[in-house]
Amino acid sequence: MNKIVNKEFFSENVVMFEVEAPEIAKSRKPGNFVIIRLGEKGERVPLTIAKADEERGTITIVAQRIGVSTYKLANLNVGDYIHDVVGPLGHPTHIYKAGTVLACGGGVGVAPLLPIVKAMKEAGNRVVSILAARNKGLIILEDEIRKYSDEVIIMTDDGSYGKKGVVTVGMEDVIAREKVDLCIAIGPAIMMKFCALTTQKYEIPTVVSLNTIMVDGTGMCGACRVKVDGKTRFVCVDGPEFDAHKVDFNEMLMRMGGYKDQEKEAFEAYKNAQ
Amino acid sequence: MTDYKSEREQQWRVDLRKTIPAKERTNQERVEMPMQDAVARRSNNLEVNLGLTAEMAVKESHRCLDCANPTCVTGCPVNVNIPKFIKKIEAEDFLGAAAVIKETSTLPAVCGRVCPQEKQCESQCFYTQKLKKPAVAIGYLERFAADYERESGKMSIPEVAKPNGIKVAAIGSGPASLAWAADMARFGYDVTVYEALHEIGGVLKYGIPEFRLPKKIVDVEIQNLAKMGVKFETNTIIGRTISLDTLRERGVKAFFIGAGAGLPRFMNIPGENSNGIFSSNEYLTRVNLMHAADPAYDTPVLRGKNIIVVGGGNTAMDSVRTAKRLGAERAMIVYRRSEQEMPARLEEVHHAKEEGVEFMTLNNPVEYIADEKGRVKQAKIQKMELGEPDASGRRSPVPVEGSEYLVDCEGVVVAVGVSPNPIITSAVEGLDVDPKRRTITVNPETNQSNIPDIFAGGDIVRGGATVILAMGDGRKAAAGAHQWLSSQR
Repeated sequence: MNKIVNKEFFSENVVMFEVEAPEIAKSRKPGNFVIIRLGEKGERVPLTIAKADEERGTITIVAQRIGVSTYKLANLNVGDYIHDVVGPLGHPTHIYKAGTVLACGGGVGVAPLLPIVKAMKEAGNRVVSILAARNKGLIILEDEIRKYSDEVIIMTDDGSYGKKGVVTVGMEDVIAREKVDLCIAIGPAIMMKFCALTTQKYEIPTVVSLNTIMVDGTGMCGACRVKVDGKTRFVCVDGPEFDAHKVDFNEMLMRMGGYKDQEKEAFEAYKNAQ
Repeated sequence: MTDYKSEREQQWRVDLRKTIPAKERTNQERVEMPMQDAVARRSNNLEVNLGLTAEMAVKESHRCLDCANPTCVTGCPVNVNIPKFIKKIEAEDFLGAAAVIKETSTLPAVCGRVCPQEKQCESQCFYTQKLKKPAVAIGYLERFAADYERESGKMSIPEVAKPNGIKVAAIGSGPASLAWAADMARFGYDVTVYEALHEIGGVLKYGIPEFRLPKKIVDVEIQNLAKMGVKFETNTIIGRTISLDTLRERGVKAFFIGAGAGLPRFMNIPGENSNGIFSSNEYLTRVNLMHAADPAYDTPVLRGKNIIVVGGGNTAMDSVRTAKRLGAERAMIVYRRSEQEMPARLEEVHHAKEEGVEFMTLNNPVEYIADEKGRVKQAKIQKMELGEPDASGRRSPVPVEGSEYLVDCEGVVVAVGVSPNPIITSAVEGLDVDPKRRTITVNPETNQSNIPDIFAGGDIVRGGATVILAMGDGRKAAAGAHQWLSSQR
C-alpha cells in the first residue's frame, strides 16, 4: 500500500501523483517504470516515473485518463493509497556525453522524458527539448524541462501555444540549423514512429521508450512483445528503450489495439455506473 | 536419515500388518477418484477431483503392504515417509498421517494434487514394479490426509528451533522458495520471502488453474509458513527494488534464488505477434492471478469459439481446459509429436479429453494469418511424422512436405516452454549462469552457487520442471545453507 502525498491535475485528463515508495525512490534511474494496481480487483498498469525524491521517499507518476483504471486512479486523492506499486522496471536509459541531444516529448511522454533530460544535461550534453501536444492545456512539465534544457521548443497541433505543427516540424527546424548527435523521443506510438522516420533521413541515432500492453512487467507474460530488428523482444525486460530505427512501429501500433473492444466496453460500463 | 526399518518394526505397524492377509490386500482394486461431472465442470472453475472420503482412504490404505523395502520413498523428491503415513491412515489416525507427511513436505495439499505421482512414488510402488497392477494411490491418500487436517481446524504447525537471529532471504515465492523458507524457519533462521508480483505463491497462483489447485488451499499453506515466523514481502523485485548488496548491508547472511522460469518461449513463426496470440503464461496469468474471467475484475481476457493451444505439457493442458471453461466450442491441442511423447500428466490429458478438448497430435503450426485489424483468424498447420529418436530419447517429429492446411481460430495460446527469468541473474554480478540456458549453475549436493551466500533451486536451475522437484531443491538448498552458515560462525 502506497500513500498519495501530492496530487495535481496538469490538464483535464492528465494527473500527477506523488506517491510514497521509499525503496523505489532510492533505486530508480531515468528510463525505469513502475506497475501499479488499484485495489484487489484492479489490473496491473505500467506507468512511467517522472521524478523521485529519495529524502521524502516518494516517486512522481503522471497518467492520462483514457480507460477504467486511469479514471479510477485520477479519482484518488491525497491521503488515499495505491494498492500496489512495484518497480523500478525496465533497463535504465544509457546516459552519456553524446554532444547535442534532441529530446522530444509528446503528451504524457514528457513525464518519463524529464528524468532523462535532467541526466543528459548533468552528463554535459547540450539539450534541446521539444514538447508537443494537441493544444496548450496538454503541454506538461514545461518549467521543469526548461530547468535542464538549453532550449525548449513548444509545438501544438492547433497553434494555441508555441509553434503550430506536429513534433517533427520542430525536429526538422533544429536538425536544419545544428548538428544533433542523439535524439530521444517519448510519446504516443504514432508520434515515435514519425520521429524515427524523421531522424532516419539524417542518420541521427534515436532512442524511443515503448509503452506497450503489459501484465506482470517482469518478463513473464510476453504481452509487451514487439519486433525490433526483425526479432521479437520484450519491452519490459529487454527495453523499454530501443533503437528507434529498428522498431516495427506498425506491428506495435497493431498490438496496442489488442484489447480495444474490451477496453471500450469496460469503459462504457464504468461510465454508466458513475 | 529416517530409519525406515526400525520404524517398521514398531508394534503398531507390526500389529496392523497382521490384521489383513497380504493376499487380500493385493486382490483389492485401486480406488477411483470421485470427480465432478465432465459436462458440468466445463462451465465452472471448481476443482475437478473431489478427493477421497475417509472410508475410501482407509480402504485404499489396506492395499499398501508396508513393504520391508519401501521403494516408493525413493521415487519422492522430498522423501515423504510414505508407508508410515499410509499406515497412519489405515489406523484411522488421519491427523497423525498429515503430521508424518509434513515432516518432509512443506505443501502436502498442493503436492497431493499436482505431483506427477505416476512418474515418481507410484512408479516405484511394489504393485507397479512387481505385481504389474495399478499402484497404491499414494497421491490421493496424501491429498486426503492434508485436506482432512486442514478441514479439521486442527492444523499442526511444524516445530521451529529457538530463533538464532540470523537473517536469510528467499527471492521468489514459488514452491522452491516456500520449501526453503519452511526448512530455514525450522532451523531457527529469521526468514523473509520476497515476491515480485502482488501475491505469494508463484506458479501455484499465476500458473496452475483453480480447477486443479484451489487458491484457498495454497493460501492456507502460506499462512502456516507465516505462523512458523516466515515473513513475506510482495511487490519487491530483488535486483531492482532492492539490490542483493543492500540486503547484505541490512544483515542478510544467505540467499535462496527461486525466481522460476518466467520467460515464455515463442516459436518465431510468421504472424506470431498477431493479436489474439499469447504465451500460456499470459493467458493463465490473466485468468488465474488477475481473475480476468470474473466480470468484477478489471483485467480483460480474450474469449473465442475456436482456441488453439500449441504444446503437449501440463501448461498446455491447463491452458486448453481454461479455454474450454471460457466458452470455447473448439478447444484444440496442437502438438508436433504423438500422444505417447506428450510430457503432460496422463490424468490431465484424460481430463481434457473428457471435457471435449480436441487433440491434434503430429501437427505443428507454421504460420498465423491475421485479419485487416491484425487479429489472428487462421493457423496454417503442417502435419508431422515420427522419425528417429532425438537427444531426449523421444522420436523426433519430421514435417510432411505439402501437408499444410488452415484451421480457423480467434485465439492461440503458445505453450512450448519457458526460459529462466533474466532479472535476477543479470542483476547479480559474477553469478555463474549457463550461457545458453540462462540457468544458475549450482553444486548438485548443496544447491550452492559460485557465490557462497547464494543458493538456488527450482526452475531457475532446472529450466522447467515440476512443483515437487522445485520443493526438493528448496529442501536441499536449505540443508546446504544451514551447513554453510553454521560453518561460518
